[in-house]
Amino acid sequence: MAQYLTCLNGIVWREGLRFVHQRERFVSALVRPLVWLFIFAAGFRQVLGISIIPPYETYILYEVYITPGLMAMIQLFNGMQSSLSMVYDREMGNMRTLLVSPMPRWYLLACKLLAGTVVSVLQVYAFLLIAWFWDIEPPLIGYLAVLPALLLSGFMLGALGMLISSGIRQLENFAGVMNFVIFPMFFASSALYPLWRVQEGSPMLYYVCLFNPFTHAVELIRFALYGKMNWTSLAVVGGCAAIFMIGAVLAYDPSRGLSRRGPAGGET
Amino acid sequence: MMKHDASTAGDQATGLPSPPHPDGAALAIEGVSHSYGSRKALDNVRFTVAPGRFTALLGLNGAGKSTLFSIITRLFGLQAGRIRIFSHDIGREPGEALRRMGVVFQPRTLDLDLSVTQNLLYHAALQGIDRREARIRSGDVLSRMGLADRAGGKVRDLSGGQMRRLEIARALLHRPRLLLLDEPTVGLDVKARAEILGHVRGLVTEQGTGVLWATHLFDEIVPDNDLVILHEGRILAEGRVARVVAEAHARDLHSAFVQLTETAAAPGDAMP
Repeated sequence: MAQYLTCLNGIVWREGLRFVHQRERFVSALVRPLVWLFIFAAGFRQVLGISIIPPYETYILYEVYITPGLMAMIQLFNGMQSSLSMVYDREMGNMRTLLVSPMPRWYLLACKLLAGTVVSVLQVYAFLLIAWFWDIEPPLIGYLAVLPALLLSGFMLGALGMLISSGIRQLENFAGVMNFVIFPMFFASSALYPLWRVQEGSPMLYYVCLFNPFTHAVELIRFALYGKMNWTSLAVVGGCAAIFMIGAVLAYDPSRGLSRRGPAGGET
Repeated sequence: MMKHDASTAGDQATGLPSPPHPDGAALAIEGVSHSYGSRKALDNVRFTVAPGRFTALLGLNGAGKSTLFSIITRLFGLQAGRIRIFSHDIGREPGEALRRMGVVFQPRTLDLDLSVTQNLLYHAALQGIDRREARIRSGDVLSRMGLADRAGGKVRDLSGGQMRRLEIARALLHRPRLLLLDEPTVGLDVKARAEILGHVRGLVTEQGTGVLWATHLFDEIVPDNDLVILHEGRILAEGRVARVVAEAHARDLHSAFVQLTETAAAPGDAMP
């Protein structure tokens, strides 16, 4: 038991160290949502009116509305980038170090996911800190209550990333696939507009948004940030996290990308 | 004409000991085959590594050495055959098997951004060794590989030879009795190569560690070593170097190798 914990600590610690050393990654992870918050939201403030919907109890500014969506966006990008680095590590050989550990493979992959999730949660809190200076001030209890929501949604998005990456043979193919995943998931969700508005415009798109797990990640975060619970979203995010995780573990195959051409050049 | 299977009876002709029975071996590989799609990379591979012996896995590029290593270390699934590390079957007791072996892969697997010590501590954590014990062992393995003075420095600043030595040090943290190295001297200069070889041979003689050293360089092998020749996915010879050379009626290992691989080539194939 102690060995399992030691292993988890080691993996999370290393992921944290690597992240700290890649300062550009940290900055770019923050700049993206901040641009949306400062520029996009300010521009659209007059265009979109948000009537009172749960969990909000008063009229809110558009910036306040999209903040949970931007928090989830940070996690979405982080989840996809983690899986990108896993594909890279697989090609470069770093995953081998992880996989020759005597711990069960599913445990190692779960630890890696958890480590990525912890990093994404740190990024989200950094974003919230800056957003606070922009007058985005959820109740104090929200900062604490949102932590489990962030861990769960981060885990789900990371597992999705891992599942996708297990189908990728080469690094070069990855960027293209990401375009088909990140932006559709983000736009077909409640991150930028409430679903009832989407339903008014297009019932079909409304259903797409409803079945999009990202929508539920956003709603889970939104409610938690105000100290409330959205049970439907919790069930969807939790269920998807489990399904993606199981799928990722079953599909994970370090020899993928090597099937046709054999090991990478230089190896025999 | 060399037999393809090593006999388990003693060899009266040369008086050399026969290969160990699989149950007592550090590494026992039986009937392992592997295909990448339609391409067969390994065909019914069978050999053993005795405890406390330096065993060279000799083969050209493309022979299947790295594929074999990936299968032994469970990176690839085992498609056919059986692999046992100190009698622990890697399919049924993977944790126990992996615990007993240390691996140095051919591509570099160090975190360049982290320090030498951090790399070691990470690996120790993966093996379930707690932090305090890990620090003690890191000091030990660094001293043994002559890297004690580089403990706090970044891996990025090490030379190629030093990085390799660090990888070997890292593989020793959990005190495995079997060490697997896949072409560890590739890309290094003559001096660095000799140092690495010296360190690893020292492990065999001083610690009794069994070693499987994959290479395509003849000068890394001495007559007293155990030898396995892998060619195009098949084992062509197994046994002590001196015996293999004697049975092939060759002058030296290089000639024996050329002779065996030429004989093994199918009629009509281009000569290697």
